[in-house]
Amino acid sequence: MTSLFEEVAPSEDDNIPVRRVEVRLNGERRAAKVEPRLLLAHLIRQGFQLTGTHTGCDTTNCGACTVLFDGEPVKSCTMLAVQAHGHEVTTVEGLATASELHPIQEGFKDEHGLQCGFCTPGMMLAAKALLDHNPNPTEDDVRWALSGNLCRCTGYQNIVKAVLWAAEKLRDADPGAAEGGDE
Amino acid sequence: MYPSRFKYETPSTVEEAIGLLHDGGADAKILAGGQSLIPMMKLRFAAPGTIVDINNIPGLDYMRTESDGTFRVGALVRHVDLERATELKDSQPTIAAAAHLVADPIVRTRGTFVGSLCHADPQGDWASCMVALDGSVVAQGPKGRRTIGVDEFVKGPFTTVLAPDELAVEAVVPKAQGVRSGGYLKLERRIGDFATAGVAVAIERNGDVVSRAGIGLTGVGSRTINAEEAAAAVVGQPLTPDTIERAGDLAAAISDPRSDHRGSADYKRHIVATFVTRLLTSMQPTREQSTEERVA
Ligand SMILES: Cc1cc2nc3c(=O)[nH]c(=O)nc-3n(C[C@H](O)[C@H](O)[C@H](O)COP(=O)(O)OP(=O)(O)OC[C@H]3O[C@@H](n4cnc5c(N)ncnc54)[C@H](O)[C@@H]3O)c2cc1C
Ligand code: FES
Ligand code: FES
Repeated sequence: MTSLFEEVAPSEDDNIPVRRVEVRLNGERRAAKVEPRLLLAHLIRQGFQLTGTHTGCDTTNCGACTVLFDGEPVKSCTMLAVQAHGHEVTTVEGLATASELHPIQEGFKDEHGLQCGFCTPGMMLAAKALLDHNPNPTEDDVRWALSGNLCRCTGYQNIVKAVLWAAEKLRDADPGAAEGGDE
Repeated sequence: MYPSRFKYETPSTVEEAIGLLHDGGADAKILAGGQSLIPMMKLRFAAPGTIVDINNIPGLDYMRTESDGTFRVGALVRHVDLERATELKDSQPTIAAAAHLVADPIVRTRGTFVGSLCHADPQGDWASCMVALDGSVVAQGPKGRRTIGVDEFVKGPFTTVLAPDELAVEAVVPKAQGVRSGGYLKLERRIGDFATAGVAVAIERNGDVVSRAGIGLTGVGSRTINAEEAAAAVVGQPLTPDTIERAGDLAAAISDPRSDHRGSADYKRHIVATFVTRLLTSMQPTREQSTEERVA
């Protein structure tokens, strides 16, 4: 555990009781005792030691810290860890299985969708949320869905290609899904 | 960055939330979408002693149109819910036009419509829509409920008339007096940026005659501006190029923007006139025809 996590939680101050947070993180039940002011991004990174979720701006602008919260993309630097109690959280570590990359990850690999890779986990989760709702996105749909995620390396062109590649691969794998999606 | 220490409460009813706000006094704050409050707490612009998280209160995420046409938005309706509600294109065109322009897609999954009104940011997009629609906010406190018109609800920048122990339970858009048209235009430097300038227009018509009009202006003053005179310029007659131009000029005149990194005051005023004109012109039923006439 790093110093930040210890510093923020658990609390020494008796007036501010620590809270038990139980989340379903990438399908697994995880629990921690935290002080209410601990941010979800910090619980994930320092508490649960899953460092795939990045904090970039820490001011709700860049989307590097994006995780899925009950399937919807959220900026985990702008949510309290205690708010995740009883909810499902998916981080980039939850995309691949032990033996296989997720098609979105394959797409980023095949289409050179990353340079330094800092924005990549957030991009991938925003992309997953899009494809879960809309398996047939147009290029515009992809650009729109990713417009809350910034890439400092400015590799947007290939990020968009990567997501379109993944959409096609997912459609090929499950032609039925292409008709509907969530909506 | 992380906020300073606070007590965290998760009420499961509105009454319980009000009790907690009452006990917490001026030091207690409601947490809705958190997309304005949490960034402010991280920057220590806000340091509430108690956070009352309303996200676990069931039954506040409704969005419904009553049989008489009144539209109600509960305190936990997120920006994205309005964006996805395609049926609003016909019944609430001003709101439908603004929904995808508020913040960015990820902020929109958490941020709430009512929270945005309560935040009272002069750059907030929803307040302008509500001003144009003559909307109101229903607040509930220990003594019961009251309905407050949006114009009166906002006291100044980031300040509302809500008492510390009042919770805004819903926002209300009244039924239309006639057939409603509307729109929202926002100039932003990039997605996720606040408006350089934004304009919300709502008009209601009986036949061609405008029976009611509302114009709300975003980001061009120290609060959301209700451009009443501009709106009045198009009421009582059909929309014509002349009344539209007059409305644009009056809206620009009542704007009180500051020159800043987003643009000069003159530029912003110009945008306001252009957007008012553009929105109203798009609502003219015989747009093609009248353009031809003007050209001819
Ligand atoms: C990067 C970024 C870009 C943004 N861009 C825009 C933009 O372009 N346009 C725009 O309009 N907004 C923008 N926002 C703000 C966003 O829309 C917020 O969601 C909104 O301002 C506040 O809603 P919330 O539900 O998140 O409220 P919170 O952050 O939870 O609360 C905000 C304030 O309102 C109070 N409050 C909330 N709900 C209630 C209630 N029911 N009763 C009483 N008080 C309440 C809180 O106590 C707090 O003081 C942006 C935010 C970010 C982070
Ligand atoms: S780190 Fe959360 S949005 Fe940038
Ligand atoms: S790849 Fe470097 S920030 Fe996007």
